[in-house]
Amino acid sequence: MARTPAELVGAQPGPPFRITFDGRPVTALPGQSVAAALWGAGILAWRTTRVGGRPRGAFCGIGQCYDCLATINGEPNRRACLVPARPGDAITTQEGHGRAALGV
Amino acid sequence: MPLSASEPYDLAVIGAGSAGLAGAVAGSELGLSVALLDTSAQTGGQFYRAPAPTLGAVRPEALHHDWSAYTDLRRRLARSDVRHLPGHHVWSVTKGDEEGVGGGAGDGLWAVHAVTGADGSGERPVRVRARAVLLATGAYERQLPFPGWMLPGVVGAGGAQAMLKSGLVLPGRHVVVAGSGPLLLAVASSLAAAGARVPAVVEASGYLRYARYPRALATNPHKAAEALIHGAALLRHRVRVRVRSAVTEVHGTDRVEAVTVTRLDRDWRPVRGTGRRIACDALAVGHGLVPQIELATALGCATRPLSDGTRALALDGLQETSVRGLWAAGETGGVGGAQLARLEGELAAVTVAARVLGRPAHGGRVRELRRRRDRMRAFADAMAAVHAPGRGWPRWLTDDTDVCRCEEVTAGRIREAIEDLGARDARSVKLLTRAGMGWCQGRMCGSAVACLATRGHTAEPPAERRPFATPVPLSALAALDGPAAPLATEPGGPADEPGGRTTTASGPDASPGDG
Ligand SMILES: Cc1cc2nc3c(=O)[nH]c(=O)nc-3n(C[C@H](O)[C@H](O)[C@H](O)COP(=O)(O)OP(=O)(O)OC[C@H]3O[C@@H](n4cnc5c(N)ncnc54)[C@H](O)[C@@H]3O)c2cc1C
Ligand code: FES
Repeated sequence: MARTPAELVGAQPGPPFRITFDGRPVTALPGQSVAAALWGAGILAWRTTRVGGRPRGAFCGIGQCYDCLATINGEPNRRACLVPARPGDAITTQEGHGRAALGV
Repeated sequence: MPLSASEPYDLAVIGAGSAGLAGAVAGSELGLSVALLDTSAQTGGQFYRAPAPTLGAVRPEALHHDWSAYTDLRRRLARSDVRHLPGHHVWSVTKGDEEGVGGGAGDGLWAVHAVTGADGSGERPVRVRARAVLLATGAYERQLPFPGWMLPGVVGAGGAQAMLKSGLVLPGRHVVVAGSGPLLLAVASSLAAAGARVPAVVEASGYLRYARYPRALATNPHKAAEALIHGAALLRHRVRVRVRSAVTEVHGTDRVEAVTVTRLDRDWRPVRGTGRRIACDALAVGHGLVPQIELATALGCATRPLSDGTRALALDGLQETSVRGLWAAGETGGVGGAQLARLEGELAAVTVAARVLGRPAHGGRVRELRRRRDRMRAFADAMAAVHAPGRGWPRWLTDDTDVCRCEEVTAGRIREAIEDLGARDARSVKLLTRAGMGWCQGRMCGSAVACLATRGHTAEPPAERRPFATPVPLSALAALDGPAAPLATEPGGPADEPGGRTTTASGPDASPGDG
């Protein structure tokens, strides 16, 4: 019986690479979305809500709910479940509408 | 094949899932020039979602039934002249007319408008013109709120499945699967096969209710077989299925630590004193699927109510919508699974080919496709009736439960709008509370709000008219007004880069979808 999803499908991925989440290193596999890479590291929240400041992460997994919005390399409001992870990506927790850091 | 040479296409297919893929391939084999657009980088849609090639899955079929049906379609696609346009988020479909009003091309052709990129932020607006359009955009999951459902670790059941199939990841090690509908069994068996422990599957209806539809069951033996496969897998993993029960509360501060599972009466009212706490670190939840039809309803296409309270496009016997020249297949015409979606895609392609090429369709092929489709549709309708949400579910809401996740609107505020301010439908509730006005444009809370507003008398959400199927950069809209709306070019090839990624035409800050 498989113990991991990768074992189940016999995955032989390309070399893993590093991205960061709020400065911490996270290992991603080529072909994973940013959300999948974060889930893989046990991280389930990367945004706080506008009103209540509460933590959120991926919910629908298919680009429909917009709960997974993240700031990726300084750009806010990217759907982490759709955007593929790339080596060196810097993911930061998005607060509120995500424009705080941009001053707009 | 350069896009410009084949424009306009005979057929533009929106969505490369089971329905769209089958339609595009069959259409091309019948001699149509076809463009196939999908948001995703890969074909397959929800059912045949698979890891990206770089993840090197040797056995992708371990997560799917009927994988060979997909590899067959993929092979035929590769052999065909179909122009596959991955990473294209379609936000509007317009029809040109003599005067060219309505944003159309002024030539009677359809114009399919898309933005590009993994999440539509590529900002390269693309327009694909075609003589006929096949809408195969599938469905999204229906969610009903409950206390604690905003906690990280609570994910859509289909969402967990999608993340597993594409990214080979799990939301936790101990995942309770809850809600209603046949998808729950599929999700639970794949999570368990992939190494998660599934402490319980919690189904609000009862499977025995299928017995009320003996004919639909008897004529669809493959469906019974599917259920048996899942059932066997669940037994093997010692997964306990609790019927007529629901997760009525999630516990934890920053993430899921446990859930409370409560028995329900026939109307889905929680039965007092029956709550049981189950430890887990994630919850995968969903209450069936909602056809994704806004591109069509924006064009005024007629819809039909389904017995589970959702709405699908009303189609004629040959898959055409009430708007001539616009066909639909798969979940857009009612949720029925991947096999039905394939059949309908093929049937649509056959009739489009007959219309566009002006030669009669092969009568025998059409009859056979229709016969099989009708049989499977009957099963799909029975399934919808079995899993229709009972009227009593709002009883598990507390006043401070968020109903609208985007705008953080609580059940208390929605009740206030209904009881004190006299709102009687989802639209008034939305205007009074902002529920459904956020980024997702009501996809996550729409069913719940409609149900609360009508006090469960009818769970039928109104045919939503969202002007845009996806948030669109203002620059993409502006480009439409220009004398030369840029035509589609090679992905990544030369194209206008309107830039100015400053705001979007929908979302919390500016919502033209409010109407
Ligand atoms: C999250 C989720 C998970 C599911 N998992 C399973 C499962 O494990 N097992 C099962 O039996 N059934 C599952 N289903 C049900 C599934 O929808 C059907 O079995 C089957 O995939 C229907 O085929 P389809 O072609 O109608 O739609 P889909 O397969 O959903 O295909 C629709 C396609 O349209 C594309 N699309 C949608 N909107 C746009 C747009 N605006 N522009 C461009 N492209 C667009 C999508 O990217 C998608 O590829 C799931 C459904 C959902 C929503
Ligand atoms: S998880 Fe819903 S949009 Fe990304």
